[in-house]
Amino acid sequence: MLALDGVGVRVGETSLLHGVSLSVAPGGLLGVIGPNGAGKSTLVRAIVGLVAHDGTIRVAGRTAHQLGTRGWARLVAYVPQRPVLPPAMTVADYALLGRAAHHALLGAETTRDRSVVGAVLERLALDRFRSRPLSELSGGEVQRVVLARALAQEAPLLVMDEPTTGLDLGHSQLVLALTDELRRERALCVLCTLHDLTLAGQHADELVVLHRGGVAVAGRPDAVLTEANVARYFGATVEILAGSGGIVVAPAARPVPPALSVATAISEGRPR
Amino acid sequence: MALPARSDPGSRAGRRRVRPGGPAAPVNAPWAPLHLFDVEERTPAVVATRLHAWQLAVGILFLLAAATASVVVGPAGLSPGAVLEEVVTRMLPLHLHPGLSTTGSVVVWQLRMPRIVLGALVGGTLALAGASYQGVFRNPLADPYLLGVASGAGLGATLAVVYATALPHLPFDPVPAAAFAGALLAAGATLALGRSRRSPGGTAPLLLAGVAVAALLTALQTYFQQRNSQDLQVVYSWILGGLSTAGWGQVLLILPYVGTAAAVLLGCRRLLDALSVGDDECTALGIRATRVRLLVVAAATLATAAAVSVSGLIGFVGIIVPHAIRMVAGPSYRRILPLSVLFGGGFLVLADLLARTVLSPAELPLGVVTAFLGAPFFLVVLRQARRVW
Repeated sequence: MLALDGVGVRVGETSLLHGVSLSVAPGGLLGVIGPNGAGKSTLVRAIVGLVAHDGTIRVAGRTAHQLGTRGWARLVAYVPQRPVLPPAMTVADYALLGRAAHHALLGAETTRDRSVVGAVLERLALDRFRSRPLSELSGGEVQRVVLARALAQEAPLLVMDEPTTGLDLGHSQLVLALTDELRRERALCVLCTLHDLTLAGQHADELVVLHRGGVAVAGRPDAVLTEANVARYFGATVEILAGSGGIVVAPAARPVPPALSVATAISEGRPR
Repeated sequence: MALPARSDPGSRAGRRRVRPGGPAAPVNAPWAPLHLFDVEERTPAVVATRLHAWQLAVGILFLLAAATASVVVGPAGLSPGAVLEEVVTRMLPLHLHPGLSTTGSVVVWQLRMPRIVLGALVGGTLALAGASYQGVFRNPLADPYLLGVASGAGLGATLAVVYATALPHLPFDPVPAAAFAGALLAAGATLALGRSRRSPGGTAPLLLAGVAVAALLTALQTYFQQRNSQDLQVVYSWILGGLSTAGWGQVLLILPYVGTAAAVLLGCRRLLDALSVGDDECTALGIRATRVRLLVVAAATLATAAAVSVSGLIGFVGIIVPHAIRMVAGPSYRRILPLSVLFGGGFLVLADLLARTVLSPAELPLGVVTAFLGAPFFLVVLRQARRVW
């Protein structure tokens, strides 16, 4: 469904992303992890079409160049990390924005558009908020509303940038469990950056570690989330435990590893 | 936390249609939407924010009331009843006695009516253009003169007044034509100079270019005005704005521009709402924000230039009317744009009524009246407003 081949992004002389190749099958969830500044958001922005890139990004065999902005928006839905929320806009109006690529350019939304949004809001338990202004919602509700707008696009690929930022554990699980259901039922394809490694390991079919703009490791969660990898790319000391829902990445007592003193960690620019 | 989905079988089972073959197969035609949710008859459709019929009715009534007040009041000493009878008789296919003498009829149809219609057109246009600029630039101080339209029109009109005698006899009045051309040239210059390669989506360079162009053209206009002080009064009264020379000719002159631009702007009302989530998210939703912005700015500028060319520079309508509506009816341009046309038109008709009656037979400049009426009213609304910006 999604296939990236040699994707790079540069701003001026700085290369933010280079040589990223990956693919996600229909119904799959690819988790993109990596330390701050590794290029996760840049990768997401390139896929959505917000920054120019080298290499090719194909969704269902098509490129954004072939389809144009509107056509691409019917294939790729986007949940931004920090969405812009017009304070006085109602939940229903905000979710209806997701239908923009479906109705005629200057045309009104159709009954189907409004029904799709109604179904999405019902599914996300946002029914009773439909005429609330966004400024009156809690953080968890806002995140579900943003997800509702993206799902209303009815795109086969959903791209989420840190969808669990600022959410408590219950709301984080809710968001990911919902996408899991849609993946099973409707073969929704999801690419998602995550900072919570345990959640990433439990929900993703496959994980990609981005490090300094390139793919460092890729593979199944249990192969990627090793104590060595986490130490190497995140500069974190963890224990990998076996839990009932998958592996658990637990912070461990932190003796500075002999090979990586605090001073060298800083001088090499590694996040600690 | 229970997921409100299939995890609770039974309650919703009857409502969702089960697709044959289970989950949707990977789509063959990739641009076809993935049907993520089965939409059924019973799925409650959401209702988008829209203009309510009663809001539209209030707007129309306000405009009609302003027009009625304006057509019956005037220095000609016609009886209000007779004027109304005359208007109703002529507008409806009723073969009754016309209510007025021939002179009275001329006063109503050749003096008062065109002035009312032109006032409504100009007021509606300025308010609509102001609301559109505010939506595009996401700036509450944006008004129709933002891109230098006023100073360009002022310079054009000044040149036409000053050099009118030097021109060969023209079949048309050179002042509106020159004002229109000046307005479009000024806005065009602003758009060309304000394009920034560094931030293609940013509006700040455009606003700053507008300030610079306006300053330059105003300086030129003042220079020509002072060089030709014998024309000072004519230039000055044009700049302060007014409808005292209104006729059907002017109505017909601006109607094509104003009508086309209004149709485009009203057609963009949903896109203006979408712009409020920012350019990046617009792109992700399939909307090219830069293009929408250019279309709206072009249409609003064309309409403003046409309005200004026949009425001079009438300030304040383009700011206070949209803001007052926003504070009462909410932030959606689906409501703000159509209501701005109606209330802007009605407001200017009322302002013009005052302008021509308060010091009758002398006339007050219309721009003075709009500010004098508008500012206190606006401050009252502002004090009571809910947060919309």
